[in-house]
Amino acid sequence: MSGMEVSNLTKQTLRKMLAEGKRFDHRGLLDFRELEVSYEVSKKAEGSARVKLGKTDVVVGVKLQTGEPYPDSPDNGNLMVSGDLLPLASPRFESGPPGFDAIELPRLVDRAVRSSGMIDLEKLVIKKGEMVWTVIIDIYPINDDGNLIDAACIGAVAALMQTVMPEIDKDGKINYEKKTSKKLPLSKDIVPLLFSFYKFGDSIILDPTREEQESSDARMTFGVSDWNGQFMVNSCQKKGGSTVTAEEIAKMMDILPKKFDETMKKFKKFL
Amino acid sequence: MKNQINEAHEAVENNSNDSSTKRKVVVPGEVIVEGEDFLPGEGTRREGAKIIAGKFGLAEEAGRVVRLIAIFGAFIPRRGNVVIGRVSDITHAGWLVDIDSASQSFLPIEESPRFINRNEMDQYLAIGDVISAKIWTVKGKGIDLTLKGKGLGKLEDGFIFKVIPSRVPRVIGREGSMVNLIKEKTGCNITVGQNGWVWIKGPSIDAQIKARNAVTLVAEKVHVNGLTEKVEHWFAENE
Repeated sequence: MSGMEVSNLTKQTLRKMLAEGKRFDHRGLLDFRELEVSYEVSKKAEGSARVKLGKTDVVVGVKLQTGEPYPDSPDNGNLMVSGDLLPLASPRFESGPPGFDAIELPRLVDRAVRSSGMIDLEKLVIKKGEMVWTVIIDIYPINDDGNLIDAACIGAVAALMQTVMPEIDKDGKINYEKKTSKKLPLSKDIVPLLFSFYKFGDSIILDPTREEQESSDARMTFGVSDWNGQFMVNSCQKKGGSTVTAEEIAKMMDILPKKFDETMKKFKKFL
Repeated sequence: MKNQINEAHEAVENNSNDSSTKRKVVVPGEVIVEGEDFLPGEGTRREGAKIIAGKFGLAEEAGRVVRLIAIFGAFIPRRGNVVIGRVSDITHAGWLVDIDSASQSFLPIEESPRFINRNEMDQYLAIGDVISAKIWTVKGKGIDLTLKGKGLGKLEDGFIFKVIPSRVPRVIGREGSMVNLIKEKTGCNITVGQNGWVWIKGPSIDAQIKARNAVTLVAEKVHVNGLTEKVEHWFAENE
C-alpha cells in the first residue's frame, strides 16, 4: 500500500492496543486470517500452489531436475529452496541483489521441510553417487500483507503434495511433457508448518499484518510437525533486537500444538 | 483489484437503475456529457462538443464543470495541500519528510511556528515522528513544506494509516460531510492528508478502531451512491 516507513506513532499505539488484546481487524492476538489454497497454478511446474492468508498472497512452484548428489550425501536426493521478493508484492521490495529477508525466507522454509523429514530424500536416488533427483521449490510472493513466512511454508507443503514425477528414460533425460502417475516420495504423516510469533513489548501475536510486522520488536519462528501424535519442533529462528525470555518461549510452546491442529484443519479442507 | 473492478461494474448497473443520480463510473475514452455548456475539469478533456474521461473513475457534474474522481491514482503534490508525513532525516537547515510521494520534501527550520535551536532540532521533531504539514512550493527538485497554519504540526498520540490517495475527496465528502460524520459518531479527531495518509486520535482504543474501519469502508466503497446513508447505517449496525 505505501512506501512510508512505520512511524513512532503507529508503533506506540499498536503496543497499547495489543497490550489490551485488541487488533485493527478485530482478531484475537493469536488468530490467523482466512486461509485459502489453490492448486495447479502453473502448468510448467511439476507441482504448484497458491496460498492466500488474508491479503497475503504467495505462489509456490516445485520443479524436478536430475543432477549429481552432493559429495557428503551420495545416497540422498537434493532439495533446493529459493525465493524472490518481487517488487510487485510490496513497495518495500526492490529488484537487485537479494536482501536479508529474501535470503531468510527460503532458508526458513528449507529448514522446516528438510529437518521434518517430509521428503524421503533417499528415495530420490536414481543411481547412487552419480545421479539423483533435485527438488527445487520456488517461492514467489504476489502480495505481502505480513506473515509471508508462514504462508510460504503452507504453499511449499501444498505444492510438494501435488508434485508429480515427470517421465525419465534410461539415459536420465527427462520428458517434462509426460507426467507419470508417481508422486514425490513423501512421508505420509509428516507435515511441517512454520509459525512466527511476533513480540510487542509484553504481548505476543501470530499472523501479523504488514503494519504490525514492521512495528514488532522481535520474531520467533518455529518449524513444527506432528509425528505419530507427538509434536516436534524441527527448526527455530529468532530475529530482531529485542530479547525473548524463557517464560515466553514456554508460552509459545503451549500455543504451538493448538495452532498446528487449527491450521491443519483449515489446510485439510483444500487437500 | 479484480474485485474492485467487479464492484465498479455493479455500481454501473445500480446507476442505470436510478437515472436521477449524477455520479457515474467511466472508463478512459468514454463520453461523459455532450454539450458546449460544460467545462472539462480534472481528469477529463474536451473533444469537440464532448467531454471525455481520461481516467477510470467517478464522473460528476458540479454545475457546469465535469469532475472526475479517479478510482486508482497516486498523489500529485500541489501547493496548499495538507499532507501527513514522517520525518526521515534531520539536516543542518531543516527536516527531510517522507510524504509518500515521488519527490523528496523538505521542511526548513524557519517554517516551524516557533523558534528552534539548531542544536536541538531533534527535541522538536525526531526521526520517525509524524507531522501534518502544508505544501508551500512544488519545484522540479522537490517539495517545500510549512508548519505555519492552523492544525499543522507534530501529531501526538493516535495512529496513521493509508487510503488510496485519489479517493481522498470521497473520504472527506462534500464540504467535509463524510469525515465530519465519522468524527461525530466516534468522537475521534481525524485529519485526512491529501497524500492518502489519515491520522486518527480518539478518546478510546475502540473508538479509534471504529473510526479507522469507517474510513476504510468509505475508501473501499467510493463508487457507491448515497454512501453517507450507508455509513450511518453501518454505524447503527456496529453500535
